[in-house]
Amino acid sequence: MADASASSNTNNTKKPAGPPGAKKPAGPPGSKKPAGPPGAKKPDGPTLPPGYGGDGGGCGLSRKDFSSDQDVRWCPGCGDYAILATVQRLLPELDVPKENTVFISGIGCAGRFPYYMDTYGMHTIHGRAPTFATGLKCANPELDVWIVTGDGDALSIGGNHLIHLCRRNLDTQVLLFNNKIYGLTKGQYSPTSEEGKVTKSTPHGSIDAPFNPVAVALGADASFVARTMDRDPKHMKAMMKASHDHAGTAFLEIYQNCNIFNDGAFFEFTERGTKASRALFVEDGEPLTYANGERGLRLDGLSLEAIDLTEGRWSVDDCLVYDSSNREMAHLIGRIFDQPDLPRPFGVLYQTERPTYEQQLHDQLGAVRAERGDGDLEALLHSGETWTIDA
Amino acid sequence: MTSPSDAASDAPTRSIPDATVLFAGDSGDGMQLTGAQFTLASAYARNDLATLPDYPAEIRAPAGTTYGVSGFQLHFGAVDIHTPGDRVDLLVAMNAAALKVHLDRMRPGGTVLVNTDAFAPRDLELADWSDADPLHDDTLDGYEVIEVALTTLTREALSDTDLSKKQVDRSKNMFALGLTLWMYSRPLDPARDWIRNKFSDRPAIRDANLTVLKKGAHYAETIEAIGTRYQVDPAAMKPGTYRAVRGAEATALGLVAAAHQSGRSVFYGSYPITPASDILHEISKHKNFDVATFQAEDEIAAVGAALGASFGGSIGVCGTSGPGVALKTEAIGLGVMTELPLVIVNMQRGGPSTGLPTKPEQGDLMQAVYGRNGEAPLPVLAPASPGDCFYMAYEACRIATTYMTPVMLLADGYLGNGSEAWRIPAVDDLPPFTVENTTEPTDRNMMTDDDGNPQFLPYVRDDDTLARPWAVPGTPELEHRLGGLEKEHETGNVSYDPENHERMVKLRAEKVQRVTQSMPPVPVRGPRQGSLLVLGWGSTKGAIDEAVERCRAEDTPVSAAHLRYVWPLPADLGALIDGFDRVLVPELNNGQLIRLLRNAYDAEFVPLNKIQGRPFRAAEICTAIRDALTPVAS
Repeated sequence: MADASASSNTNNTKKPAGPPGAKKPAGPPGSKKPAGPPGAKKPDGPTLPPGYGGDGGGCGLSRKDFSSDQDVRWCPGCGDYAILATVQRLLPELDVPKENTVFISGIGCAGRFPYYMDTYGMHTIHGRAPTFATGLKCANPELDVWIVTGDGDALSIGGNHLIHLCRRNLDTQVLLFNNKIYGLTKGQYSPTSEEGKVTKSTPHGSIDAPFNPVAVALGADASFVARTMDRDPKHMKAMMKASHDHAGTAFLEIYQNCNIFNDGAFFEFTERGTKASRALFVEDGEPLTYANGERGLRLDGLSLEAIDLTEGRWSVDDCLVYDSSNREMAHLIGRIFDQPDLPRPFGVLYQTERPTYEQQLHDQLGAVRAERGDGDLEALLHSGETWTIDA
Repeated sequence: MTSPSDAASDAPTRSIPDATVLFAGDSGDGMQLTGAQFTLASAYARNDLATLPDYPAEIRAPAGTTYGVSGFQLHFGAVDIHTPGDRVDLLVAMNAAALKVHLDRMRPGGTVLVNTDAFAPRDLELADWSDADPLHDDTLDGYEVIEVALTTLTREALSDTDLSKKQVDRSKNMFALGLTLWMYSRPLDPARDWIRNKFSDRPAIRDANLTVLKKGAHYAETIEAIGTRYQVDPAAMKPGTYRAVRGAEATALGLVAAAHQSGRSVFYGSYPITPASDILHEISKHKNFDVATFQAEDEIAAVGAALGASFGGSIGVCGTSGPGVALKTEAIGLGVMTELPLVIVNMQRGGPSTGLPTKPEQGDLMQAVYGRNGEAPLPVLAPASPGDCFYMAYEACRIATTYMTPVMLLADGYLGNGSEAWRIPAVDDLPPFTVENTTEPTDRNMMTDDDGNPQFLPYVRDDDTLARPWAVPGTPELEHRLGGLEKEHETGNVSYDPENHERMVKLRAEKVQRVTQSMPPVPVRGPRQGSLLVLGWGSTKGAIDEAVERCRAEDTPVSAAHLRYVWPLPADLGALIDGFDRVLVPELNNGQLIRLLRNAYDAEFVPLNKIQGRPFRAAEICTAIRDALTPVAS
C-alpha cells in the first residue's frame, strides 16, 4: 500500500461507495433508476429490462468489453489513463446494460474520453457537455449518462451549464478532471490554477483567484459532491461507484496530474511523503482524522481547527464526526481550500436526495396526459374559434 | 332581441371589397384584445383576413407616450387578402400619441376616429405635440374625422355601477369596438360570447363590458357623424373549416403535428427571446402530445439539449431569433458534423446585434446558409404566411430526420405575430412522416474492428438521401461514438486524413444538395415565361402576390414565384429563371437572396430592398415592377 491513510480509509470501508448508513445501497438490476412514469418516452427499438438486453448487462462483461479499438492518445504518464482504466474496471460491476451507458464530454484532453470507451458516446463542444446530457437524459431517462469534463471545460467556458445542471439535479455523473492547467492548448492557466501561476499566457504570474470546484458545486446546490485523486485508484473507483449510485447530479472532482504542463500540481495530497498529513479522507460517522490518526479536525465555534491527537490535550473524541447529509458541515469542510494549516478533504462531502430533473419532467408529462388523455391532433387544430365555409 | 347592428339606420351602407382597420392606443388600452375581437367578428362575417399587431418593445411604457403606443392592424375583405394592409382605411386612435404614431399609415381620405378625451394639453405634450392642436389645425385635413369622447361616454354608460373609475375606464375599448363593429356592419354576438365567457366569474365586469359594447354600437347608430356604413361581403374562400392563426402558434402546432405523425417525441429547447418566445408558450400548452419543453439557461444550452435529445431519438428543436442563432452557431456545426436531426427556428428580427427586437427583417439568410465555421451546409426553409408556419415547421422536422441534418426555419416577427384566416388541414392529408431508427446490426452496417470485435458503422449512408443511420443509445450492439472531430467515412472514427476530410466535406454538401429531391416544384403566379419574374422568399409572399395581382389586373406582364425551400436552391428554379428577361428580387434586407441567385444563375437580377423594420407594402412592389419593366434610357 502506497499510503497508510488511504489504505486505512478504504480498508475500514467494506462498501467504499456506501458510508455507514448509506441511503442508497445498490439494488438489484434495474433498481437504480426509478421506472419512468406512464407515458414516458421509450427509445425506439427493443426495450428489454435492464440487465437482459443484447450484449449488455454488467454480468459477464470485463474491462476489455468497455475499451474501444481506438488508440489512446493522451501523453504517456498522464493521469487520465488511470481514470479511464478505473472507469473501465467499474462499469462491468454496475448493473447497467452496456448499451444504456453513454459518455458525454466537452473539449480538452478529458474530452477525448468517449472515443476510448466501447459504449455510446458523444464528444461535444467546449463547456457544453451538460446541455447535451440534459437533452439525452430527458429523451430517454433509462440511459446511464456520464459527463466527462475538465477544469477549463466545466468551470470556465462551461461554468454556466455546470451550475444549472447541479441546480436541476439531472441524474448524471460529472467526472471533472482537474489538473489546474489548460493541457490541450499547451499550457495556459485555468480557472483552478493558483494565483501567481506562471504559464505561457501568464509569464508574470496569474492574477486570477482560483475556483475550488467542490465549493462551486455545493454553491450550486449539487445533491452529491465528492473529491478523489487519480493516484489512488481504489478510492477513485469507490467515489465513482458512489457517484453512480446517487440518483441526481453527482459531482466528482478528480485531482489529475498533467505531467507535461503542470506536473506535481497535487503531489502534496497524492504522494507518499505528504499525502498522510495533507489529505483527509472523510467518511460518514467517522471522526475527521488524518496523518495516520495523529491529527484531527475539531470545531472551534464556526471555524475548523487542526488538532494534534498525540500530545494528550485532544483526543479523537474531540474531532468532528462527519455527516455527509449535513449541508452546513459539507460547506465547512468543502470550503477548505487555501488554508495551509488544514488538510484537503477527499471523499463524499455531501449527499442529499431530491427529485431528479428528468423524473419531474416525465412526471409532469404523464400528469398532463393523465388529466387530458392522449393528444388528439384533429381536435387541437380545430381548437379556438373556428368557422366553416361550405362547398 | 334585436342587435343594434341589425337595426335600421339613416346612414347609407356601401359595399366595399376590403378594408384595413388599425386600433391604436396605450399599452394598457386593450388594443390587442379589441383587434382580436374585431378579427373574430370579421371571420364570422366570412371575410378573408390578415392581421398584424404592432407593439412596443417596452412592457409598460409611460402612458400617453409615443413609444408606449400599441397597435393592431386588420385587413379583411370579400377578396383574397394577402397582407395586413398597405394603407389604413380606419384608424381608431385612443389618444394623441396613437394618432401621431400612425397617421402616416392612413389612406388619403380615410377615416380617423379619435378619443377626444385624450387630447388634453397634457396628452399632446406626452405625444410631443405641445405646440400643435391636431384636432383643430390642418393635421387631419383630407381625412374624415369622427370625434368621440370615448372616456366620458363610457363613464356615463356605467354611471350606475359600483365599479371603480379605473375599472370603468378600462372598458372604453369595448365602446370603440361596438362603434367600429357597427360601422362595418359586423355582428356583436361573437364579442358578446367572448365577454360572457371571459368574465364568467366576475359578473360586474362582464355586465359592464356588455353594456359598453352595446352603447358603442348604439352611439354609432345614433350620431350623425358617421356618414357611411360599410358592408364587406363574404369572401369566396375554399370550402373548409377555418381559424385565425398566428405564425408563432402555427409553428408550435406544426411541431406538435410532427411529433404526432412521426410517433416520436419532439424536444423543444429554448431560451426566451423576442419574437420567438410565443412558440415556447404555445408548445408548452400541449404536453399531452409527445412534446417536452425545456427552458434552458442560455441559447447554447437550448440547442445543446435539443441535439442531445436527437441523439436519444427525439426530434430536437430550438426556437430563437438572430442573436440566439449567433450563439448557437458552434452547436449547429456539431449537428452538421454528427449528422443528427435538429430544427432551428429563427424568428428573424431587425439586426445586427440586439437591433430591432420587435420589428421584422429578413437579415439572417446569409447567417442561415453560410454562418458557421468550416464547410457546414444545411437546408433552409422559410414559411410564406402565418398559416404556412405550420407546414414548414412540420416539413423542417421531416427533412431533418430524413436526411439526418440540422434544418433552419427562417420566419420573422411579421409572420410570428401576424395572423391569417387559416384553412385547417385534415390530419390524414398531412405528408407521411415515418422515420425509423436503425435497431439491428446488418452486414452493411457492421465491420470487424482492430481488436477483432464487431463494430457498428455509424457513417454508412443511404443511397438515396446519403443520410447516415440513426441508432440511438439503448440499442444493443450498435454502440458508437459521435463528436465534433472529423469523422472517418463509414467508421465514424476520428480522422485527420486529408483525403478523408475532403471526401466528408463533399459528402455532407452533396447530402444537403439532395434535399432538392424532397422539394415540390416552385409555384408560379402568372405565365412561366415573360419579361419579368418577381422572386421572393419567406414572409414577403403576401405583399408580392398582392402587387403582382394588381399589376396583372392592369395588364402589366409580370409573374411571381416564391421560395419556401430556400436552400439548397430548388432544382427547377434555374429553368424557371431562364424563361424571363429579368428577375426582381424583393427582400427585407440589403440584398441576400440575390447574392445566392447571382452566384447560381446567369440572369439579370434586380434588387428591391427595404430595411426599415417594416414589411413591404404591395404598392412599393408595384412601383418596382413598373420600374423594372421600363426600358432604361441609355
